[in-house]
Amino acid sequence: MFAVAAIVGLATLPMPLAAHEGGSVAGLLSGLYHPVSGLDHVLAMVAVGIWGAQLGAPAIWVLPITFPVVMASGGMVALLGVGLPGTEVGIGLSALLLGAMVALERRPDLWIAAALVGFFAVFHGYAHGTELPEGQSGLLYSIGFVVATGGLHAAGIGLGEVRRWPWGGSALRLAGTGIALAGVWFTWGALMR
Amino acid sequence: MISLRFPAHLVSTGFGPAADGVGHVLVTPEDLLPVIALALLAGLGGKSYGRRVLFTLPASWLVGGLLGMALGWALPFAATAFSFLVLGGLVATDRPFDERLGTALAVALGVMHGQMSGVEMVGAGLGVNGLLGAVGALFVLVSLITGLVVSLSRDWTRIAVRVAGSWILAIGLLYLGWTLGGSG
Repeated sequence: MFAVAAIVGLATLPMPLAAHEGGSVAGLLSGLYHPVSGLDHVLAMVAVGIWGAQLGAPAIWVLPITFPVVMASGGMVALLGVGLPGTEVGIGLSALLLGAMVALERRPDLWIAAALVGFFAVFHGYAHGTELPEGQSGLLYSIGFVVATGGLHAAGIGLGEVRRWPWGGSALRLAGTGIALAGVWFTWGALMR
Repeated sequence: MISLRFPAHLVSTGFGPAADGVGHVLVTPEDLLPVIALALLAGLGGKSYGRRVLFTLPASWLVGGLLGMALGWALPFAATAFSFLVLGGLVATDRPFDERLGTALAVALGVMHGQMSGVEMVGAGLGVNGLLGAVGALFVLVSLITGLVVSLSRDWTRIAVRVAGSWILAIGLLYLGWTLGGSG
């Protein structure tokens, strides 16, 4: 209730006076939209959440904390103009391997899981890091981008909680298989470009 | 150190300079997010540290703001990226720390951001009243967030706070990239 009131209050404030404000709201909306606009990104993020739920504590929160931080590092690298070859292939492989982890219910050591998630996060961050539309606020774009990505993780964790039902484990493995197959398709498409 | 023009987020509420100062803090994510991070950190640190930050931050902000008004210069706005990194990182890791160090962080944040705020207030013609409005808004904001976090008792709620810290850290990394890369 408080959050709704705060949002409404902020939304009804008069327009800011200074320059570059026209790009502020647009930057935030662009950032919120960007992570959900590509199926490859969406599936990989959801897979991170589902896998975290399957692994349980502490992975359920370590993985969603690791991903945005490392992803942002990848985005920063891109913004600094450093090259990263094979970005699209890396994104395709992320869906493939993370989906496979869910499908097979693999339970590696926490550091291996975090390293795997972190490795692929770099590719996702890099791909999205330089795509700020002209004239928009980079900071607000970043806020929207990180929040939307976190939202996708939360959705994955929520989906992963169906494991508590008798049929839940099978449903998650099926979902993981679907994500892995989509990952094959993404990877193939990236390699054929 | 040279005078710099900042990307101000100034609002005109129609209720005078103090209210405009309140609005300024609420629509300036470069200030707002590090303050939220510090408030989260203060909450994680417990009641004693929370109380200390509640008074230290607004006081430091006021001092920094008055300095900014008097001197007319402050660090480049991009320096705020480091506030995101340090405070977001500390919240995300949730490690015990010395309260004196924590207090020093609150003072550093207050003086640095307050100084930027003071320069902007002068530029917008809001003066000391605008600065007082901003400081008042900070006090309310920190008290609400810190009080909420201190009251959290379940494990998962503390984890949610850490996730918020990691988001602020991630945003800071991207912000630093925009800044150093010369875009955004």
